Amino acid sequence: MNQVPTLARVFAYLSLLTVGGGMAAFPEMQILTVDVHKWLTFPQLIHLYSVGQMAPGPNMMMIVSIGEWAGGVLGALVTVAAFFGPTALLTFVVARFWKRLERWPWRASIQQGLAPVSIGLLLAGCFTMAKGAVFGVETAAIAVGTLLVLLQYKINPALLVVAGAVLGVLSFMPN
Amino acid sequence: MSIGEIFLEFLLIGATSFGGVVPYLRAALVGKRQWLDDKKFVEMLSISQSLPGLNATNMAILVGEKLHGIMGSVVAILGICLPGGALMYVVGMVYHQHGDHAWATAALKGVAAAAVGLILSTVVQLSKKSLAGKFDFVFLALTVLAVNRFHQSVLRTLIVVGLLAILFHRPGRAQKASDAQ
Repeated sequence: MNQVPTLARVFAYLSLLTVGGGMAAFPEMQILTVDVHKWLTFPQLIHLYSVGQMAPGPNMMMIVSIGEWAGGVLGALVTVAAFFGPTALLTFVVARFWKRLERWPWRASIQQGLAPVSIGLLLAGCFTMAKGAVFGVETAAIAVGTLLVLLQYKINPALLVVAGAVLGVLSFMPN
Repeated sequence: MSIGEIFLEFLLIGATSFGGVVPYLRAALVGKRQWLDDKKFVEMLSISQSLPGLNATNMAILVGEKLHGIMGSVVAILGICLPGGALMYVVGMVYHQHGDHAWATAALKGVAAAAVGLILSTVVQLSKKSLAGKFDFVFLALTVLAVNRFHQSVLRTLIVVGLLAILFHRPGRAQKASDAQ
């Protein structure tokens, strides 16, 4: 069955949920891409997202991989267009009259009100992912270690994800 | 600057911004090119963060628009997405073929755990920067509970808790405006 129209619909919807970051859409992404449409498994989704953190550019480019698996080259292109198109258009339009909203008192209210909700969505996405990614002493130690290092030192996060790969091989490679 | 220059600059940022685009954007646009001053950059970043969409792509749209109108936005977002997108296209295919090798699954377990730590650090840093007062933590907790515990859709959670929080921060009770930044 041709998945391309479904990819377009799903990723355009997910696009609008990415308030505060791509991770905000993660719980819904799991439901739609794994449970409903079965384009990939939950571990695969976690792996793609995590590997994507090592790639340069916007940190959700792993959607390209999902699009490619489900619908080939066309699937990949449609997925990217659907995921970035709606928010790009919205941002473009808002940019045009944002200045005029400067004196609108609700503008500050919206910014202040959305801050805790967007951080909450980020954390909810993180918990969804942790259910599949943290399962024992080794993975818990890697997650907590990464958190502590990042809070303490100014270091490029991509390097720590690479370090996670090395620790993963050392911890889980059967001899 | 020309459309071509804008495209090339964003392509370069898209190809080199390992570990998060914001510092790279700032170094290139405010530092190297001086297309924006720091004040404008921070203002655009705050718009990017309030709207749906990733910081990277929203910034590309805003900066592109300021520099060269609609065509500026188009080439900026294409440039910033192209390198990472091409890379993930290839990575996705390789992972599909070889992702079940023992060394790959072992490494991926470590990578996923590190990614969880990375997201948590973002949560902590954003909370320090933009939460003001204990009620913001209540809204944060409500959001997490709605999604993880009560399995509400992200959209419904965003609308319901978002509206409550916006009403709470309504104009007139905004004495916290100064320390919200």
